[in-house]
Amino acid sequence: MSDYLIQQIVNGLSLGSLYALVAIGFSLIYGVIRLVNFAHGDLLMIGAFMTFGLVASDLVPWAAIPLLVLAGGFLAGGLIERVAFRSISGAPMITGFIVTLSASVAIQNLALIFLGSQPRNFNFPEVFRMRLPIGGADVALIDLVIPAVTLLCALALTTFIRKTRAGIAIRAVAENPFAAQLMGISIGRLVFLVFAVGGALAALAGLFWSGKYGQINPLMGFLPGLKAFVATIIGGVGSLPGAIVGGYILGFSEIAFVGFLPPEYSGYRDAFVFGLLILILLVRPQGLFGEAEQERA
Amino acid sequence: MKIPALSPLQAFFLLVAVMAGLVLAVTASGNGYFQTFAALTLINVMLAVSLTMTNGFTGMFSLGHPAFMTLGAYVTILFTYPVGRKGFAMPALPEIIAQIHLPLPVAALVGGLFAALTGWLIGRLVVHLQTHYLAVATLGLIIVVQTFALNLDGLTRGGRGITGVPREATLSLIGVCTVLVIVLCWRIKHASLGRAMLAVRENEMAARCFGIEAFRVKLLAFILGAGIAGFCGALLPHVVSVMSPKSFGLILAFNLIAIIVVGGQGSIMGAILAAVFISVGSESLRRVEESTGVYGVTQVIVAVALISFLLVRPKGLFGLKEPFIRTS
Repeated sequence: MSDYLIQQIVNGLSLGSLYALVAIGFSLIYGVIRLVNFAHGDLLMIGAFMTFGLVASDLVPWAAIPLLVLAGGFLAGGLIERVAFRSISGAPMITGFIVTLSASVAIQNLALIFLGSQPRNFNFPEVFRMRLPIGGADVALIDLVIPAVTLLCALALTTFIRKTRAGIAIRAVAENPFAAQLMGISIGRLVFLVFAVGGALAALAGLFWSGKYGQINPLMGFLPGLKAFVATIIGGVGSLPGAIVGGYILGFSEIAFVGFLPPEYSGYRDAFVFGLLILILLVRPQGLFGEAEQERA
Repeated sequence: MKIPALSPLQAFFLLVAVMAGLVLAVTASGNGYFQTFAALTLINVMLAVSLTMTNGFTGMFSLGHPAFMTLGAYVTILFTYPVGRKGFAMPALPEIIAQIHLPLPVAALVGGLFAALTGWLIGRLVVHLQTHYLAVATLGLIIVVQTFALNLDGLTRGGRGITGVPREATLSLIGVCTVLVIVLCWRIKHASLGRAMLAVRENEMAARCFGIEAFRVKLLAFILGAGIAGFCGALLPHVVSVMSPKSFGLILAFNLIAIIVVGGQGSIMGAILAAVFISVGSESLRRVEESTGVYGVTQVIVAVALISFLLVRPKGLFGLKEPFIRTS
């Protein structure tokens, strides 16, 4: 294999992992309340700024930073649910949707007010900026750490969903919310839980994103969030394996688009992603792992 | 005291009279700031009324207006930009078009038609989608259009933006267009087409059982909305004289949604009042932002106000109703 190919594969893996981390949250939340949380992408931004603050303040050892960011994302995701979503539970879907859209706009602009609109440069500690030679290619360590951690998170989450009481309750609600409530499952607490867990993973993605691209700004979460939702749709909204596979499909195709076409096309990469979305919605709207929803009278 | 309800014809004359009075008064004032602000407010009214048709009447959730506005704006500028400067600003423009100069109303119609045509192409693919999917697909459309506008810099000057667009959009032209758009949407709402749209919104399957071709009705609403949005987008740079790929984006889409939600998704009167209210409100807040140097406050206030409004009055100000006017 040529080193260029290896380089592109590693890039695809790492970008795909980031999409997968964000997409998992979309799918979790959608599974429980059939709602797309538009503010989800902004949790990535929140995670990035938390990392920035923690690294800059130099208060905690660097190994503790990912854990703190996970915890912070957990709280932030839960907070969005408590403040914006809890109050309108029971309202029609479109209301919930508008509320999460408003929450997203509010978060972005609050960040603009308090953090300023100038992009900030950001660097990981020296350890993570190492580059490793693999098969002739010069690969950044971070691009290998990202897929490894994503895999770990996916495994942990799968165990959580399969084995724990809360996980079983989440699956029950996803299957049939009404019957689940009859069995004594409190949906309200589960909604908080999925927003929080999704938030934690998105914040972690934000940590990696800032380390990988080296620059953060208050609006950085919007486009990755939207693309991660495209990944969710590719995999099938509501399906966890779907979110992960969708993330990697999108990551690899985006990298392939940029890496293997003439460079003058690379400016169109965002257009390509959303063109892909429209194609998927045409051919298989329920996604790879999703089930087609029957229309009933 | 009960306000007497007007007949639609009386309401039309009142609308024309108010509009004429507004246009004459603001033009006579000779104050450039007021003229620009009035023009932008009226364009917001047109956008809100058309979006209340596309989304409110049919129950769809499109965020695509800014995409169609961008398309309409760039296509129109190709025909209104001073011929002598086209070769320098838009080197990729074919010679035939470079020679043509159209007056703004005609060029804006061309822009609107182009947006409507795009709306037809895209709408055929997306109008059957459920709420979230349609929202994301149309948001994606904004990004696709912006990406093309950014990259086709032989026609659009890319990220540098086009400056020196002739300020040909007079307030009277915009006033006439606003009246026309309001009348058009009003007539649609109270004709069989509008009733079909409302039936689709209430229960698509039931509507289909009554023989309404839901897909066609939604597509038509989408195309009409796209056309009007394209037309408004065409007028806007001719008010402010600049156009860039980021001129119309997510924030605009969100503000338009806020306007029609506050107005009551489906109420034309509600859309007009909410558009005026939010335009005036955010303009005054913007001046506060500029004097204090704290940017972003306006958007936060709009977002928080929208959430609180949804809590108190989920159906918006008027729901589907048109207050003060007898409709049956």
